[in-house]
Amino acid sequence: MGRENNPCATVPETAPWGMATIRAIIWRGGVGAVFAVVLLPMLAVMWLSFFDQEVISFPPEGYTWAWYVNAWEKRQFARGFVNSLQLALLASAIGVTLGTAAAYALVRAKFPAKSFIGTLLLGPLAVPGVVLGTALYVFFVEFDNAFDFQIVATLPGLIAAHVLLTVPWTVRLVAASLQGIGPAAEEAAANLGARPWTVFRRVTLPMMRSGVVAGALFSFIQSFENLELTLLLVGPGRSTLPVEMLNYLEFRIDPTLAAVATIQIVIIGALMLITDRFVNLSRVVS
Amino acid sequence: MTRLVLEGLRRTYGPTVAVDRVDLEVAQGELVALLGPSGCGKTTTLRMVAGFVAPTAGRILIGGKDVTSAPPYGRDTGMVFQGYALFPHMTVAENVGFGLEMRRVGRAERDTRIAEALRLVRLDGYGERRITQMSGGQQQRVALARALVVNPGVFLLDEPLSNLDARLRAEVRVEIRALQQRLGLTTLFVTHDQEEALTMADRMVVMDHGRVRQIGPPEELYERPADLFVAGFLGRCNTFRGRVESPGTFRAGAIALPCDGGTPGITSAMVVRPERVAIDRTTGRLPGRIAMVTYLGGLTDWHVQTDAGTVLVTRPTPTDGDALRHLAPGDPVHLDWSPAAGRLLPDENPTDPTTGVSA
Ligand SMILES: Nc1ncnc2c1ncn2[C@@H]1O[C@H](COP(=O)(O)OP(=O)(O)OP(=O)(O)O)[C@@H](O)[C@H]1O
Ligand SMILES: [Mg+2]
Repeated sequence: MGRENNPCATVPETAPWGMATIRAIIWRGGVGAVFAVVLLPMLAVMWLSFFDQEVISFPPEGYTWAWYVNAWEKRQFARGFVNSLQLALLASAIGVTLGTAAAYALVRAKFPAKSFIGTLLLGPLAVPGVVLGTALYVFFVEFDNAFDFQIVATLPGLIAAHVLLTVPWTVRLVAASLQGIGPAAEEAAANLGARPWTVFRRVTLPMMRSGVVAGALFSFIQSFENLELTLLLVGPGRSTLPVEMLNYLEFRIDPTLAAVATIQIVIIGALMLITDRFVNLSRVVS
Repeated sequence: MTRLVLEGLRRTYGPTVAVDRVDLEVAQGELVALLGPSGCGKTTTLRMVAGFVAPTAGRILIGGKDVTSAPPYGRDTGMVFQGYALFPHMTVAENVGFGLEMRRVGRAERDTRIAEALRLVRLDGYGERRITQMSGGQQQRVALARALVVNPGVFLLDEPLSNLDARLRAEVRVEIRALQQRLGLTTLFVTHDQEEALTMADRMVVMDHGRVRQIGPPEELYERPADLFVAGFLGRCNTFRGRVESPGTFRAGAIALPCDGGTPGITSAMVVRPERVAIDRTTGRLPGRIAMVTYLGGLTDWHVQTDAGTVLVTRPTPTDGDALRHLAPGDPVHLDWSPAAGRLLPDENPTDPTTGVSA
């Protein structure tokens, strides 16, 4: 993220309009086009959030902050935000802890059916959210019936479901960062007299810090913005921000949602920038 | 007193026998080099001593104590890893102090000993640097300091110089040896560089396919190799195949060559070091023609085509007035060596008729 190095710098410029220059221009244009495709919808949403009209049409009749005021006054958005925050924090904390332990075992330890378990842990990434949500809903209902213990529409049930989203991201990112490290430093620590837990705490964990931080960030985002799973499993009065946005959409289509989305984009963008200062995200993710 | 003893050490990986029946004693303060071609089991042996690899069979004793099944942190070893394996998230001083911290040495004493260790490897003043700010040679010395500061009973080094350039390698080699002798450390040193082993070791162990081929001081291994493998692995040699005709005479085909004693009738191989072969324009028992001349600066290599095969001769480069100065391919020459230089060895491949130079 952010730290894209200039691709032209590596292309030596020989003659004007030589092959190298043409290649550099094509390369530059390609990169620019990809960025545009990724960024345009976000920029469009941000722009819309300031339109001074209820039904969106081009060109805008004027600009206003009114939709931000409206978003603030509609308390369901603030409530949803707090609910989302709570859910995402808990699901990330649990998922990152479990995922880090799992990634460590997958990379360092030897045990039967290792690659199968590895694939299984990444599984939720491959299943569409609606399918996963429906399956979990049915499973939870059956569980309720069998044990007379309610999970459907409870916070723990929702957290458990979101952990399915946060674990795969953590496993992937932490395993990638561990693979780059190799066991030599851990062996050196053991050789110097550190017991296994000390080795993990003093050497392994700090060395895979960037993987863990990136895992936490992506887990948080995944959980925070999830709609499909939450929609099927959330309990009354505990709606998250994406669910509240959907609810609002059922009655009105005005730029209030664009304002809420803009706030969300700004918060997530800030989170990424802050994280990138501490660990080089672009290195971990690529 | 810390003596290291390996008894019948063996390690297999599935069908691969990585180390087989290795018996070795390293005396207090002695430096023993493990030498051999790639994949011969040097690293595996060292890692068994450090406790990272469990032996399939055999015992390891450090200072008389059986540590065969002790965990790495329960053994009194200090290891320098091939890639140094420094902790990138700690400063130089924190790296060096890690082992002391694990041994619960107090802060004040720790700082003194860290400073002392850094001085020992000539890195005083670098304590607050980050590992990434150190050059390869400096990192190597941090790794040395980190292993030495805990004053280990057994000092283990796995190709610690292989990441350094030739010049630095020669320098650090001398430093390590001096430190090891000054501190009287019982040391096991893995290398595949014969020059490193020859110059540093009190004794050398030549391994091949997991087995020990020969153990002894460098001179002994070089001058009196036990078999063709050791002779060919250490330095270069000319190998002749044939049989002993009479004590002191070796017959390779139609040619009679001087050899060191021997029992008549025995089929064997004879090896002669290239620097022990005399070359002359007129006199010598083995006539031939120059095939190639390679100027090496202080030394010159002559490849000489003879009836007993190509013979390599290495001698100090002749001075200007010398008759050998301008030998060119095709020139006739005569070779000779003293009987003591022709060492008889068991022929491992009696059916293989090749005779010639091996590097
Ligand atoms: N973890 C392992 N799993 C399977 N085989 C192994 C393992 N470690 C080593 N081996 C095998 O054991 C043999 C000895 O390996 P070892 O690393 O000890 O060689 P080495 O003498 O250190 O070689 P090099 O000079 O290349 O470092 C090799 O054939 C190697 O393939
Ligand atoms: Mg090795």
